[in-house]
Amino acid sequence: MGLLDSIFRTPPSKSAALAKERLQIIVTHERGNRRNSPDYLPALKKELLEVVRKYVPIDQSQIKVHLDREDGCEILELNITLPEEEQRVVQQRPNDAGV
Amino acid sequence: MATVIVVTSGKGGVGKTTTSASFATGLAQRGYRTVVIDFDVGLRNLDLIMGCERRVVYDFVNVINNEANLNQALIRDKRVENLYILPASQTRDKEALTKEGVERVLNELRVGFDYIVCDSPAGIERGALMALYFADQALVVTNPEVSSVRDSDRILGILASRSLRAEQGDEPVKEHLVLARYAPERADRGDMLSVDDVLEILGIPLLGVIPESQSVLQSSNAGVPVILEDSSEAGAAYGDLVDRFLGKNLPHRFTSSQKKGFLQRLFGGS
Repeated sequence: MGLLDSIFRTPPSKSAALAKERLQIIVTHERGNRRNSPDYLPALKKELLEVVRKYVPIDQSQIKVHLDREDGCEILELNITLPEEEQRVVQQRPNDAGV
Repeated sequence: MATVIVVTSGKGGVGKTTTSASFATGLAQRGYRTVVIDFDVGLRNLDLIMGCERRVVYDFVNVINNEANLNQALIRDKRVENLYILPASQTRDKEALTKEGVERVLNELRVGFDYIVCDSPAGIERGALMALYFADQALVVTNPEVSSVRDSDRILGILASRSLRAEQGDEPVKEHLVLARYAPERADRGDMLSVDDVLEILGIPLLGVIPESQSVLQSSNAGVPVILEDSSEAGAAYGDLVDRFLGKNLPHRFTSSQKKGFLQRLFGGS
């Protein structure tokens, strides 16, 4: 608008827009966690851990199970970190792995 | 049969007790027999806000433990007819609130009252869970600020999953948003979340917007629910809120900044 405006007007702050954006992301994420996470995930994780342990010694923190939902499509993501040294041992003695 | 309404928020200091006191007072002013219960065991404050702190003899936990009956513990408000206060215990811990005990007291109150207002403590511990467990409706008090909005969303999740209505698969708890400590001019300037922003994020119907107001502190200093201060904006906003709750269709006030004078328009931007 006028010259006075450009001189005296405080620059528009964008912090509310930033707050809204951050909230939308975190709230959507947290809602997803509490509403979409099926009951069987912890049990599934436990059983997977038991199966993998038959072959490779790993602990709870080395297995990650994550379920994502995108456009009605469910993606089950399974991430197992094998310990490097143990892996070598398995490779060297392949017969032991099948016990 | 009374309707049970929880006033909750998750976060502390957003105006739950102020809202509980004014909401209950407003319902009673309009002729409904109303009792307001303080669920903040160990940290009672509703008595101070209602101005009856010196009249507390027995409390909620005494009634639960059968150490006193309801008539002994209920405090009758001296200003407004039909209004009663059930104070929290100041000495016990929250474990004193058992589900069975709370249910028994609420059932006793349901007979004689139209509305039971449960003032929840902050957090999501036992006191807060007990305050919302038996609720038919919920006033979710939120400030236009990130942590408050996030905590309100969390509480909405708990209402939808851990209330008696949710457990029994009944009609869900009816949720209302109370946006408190709102400063329209700051929202207009873009440095405070606007009413629409909060509504968009939380997605529940708006019952009232309470403007940030000095009269809230002044009336708490005096032990008078702010709704009784007719001339204050916050008091008027609570009055509208109660009328809206009772079904009146009133436009929201105090949501946009005041019309500016000539000098302000000249120097203060558009």
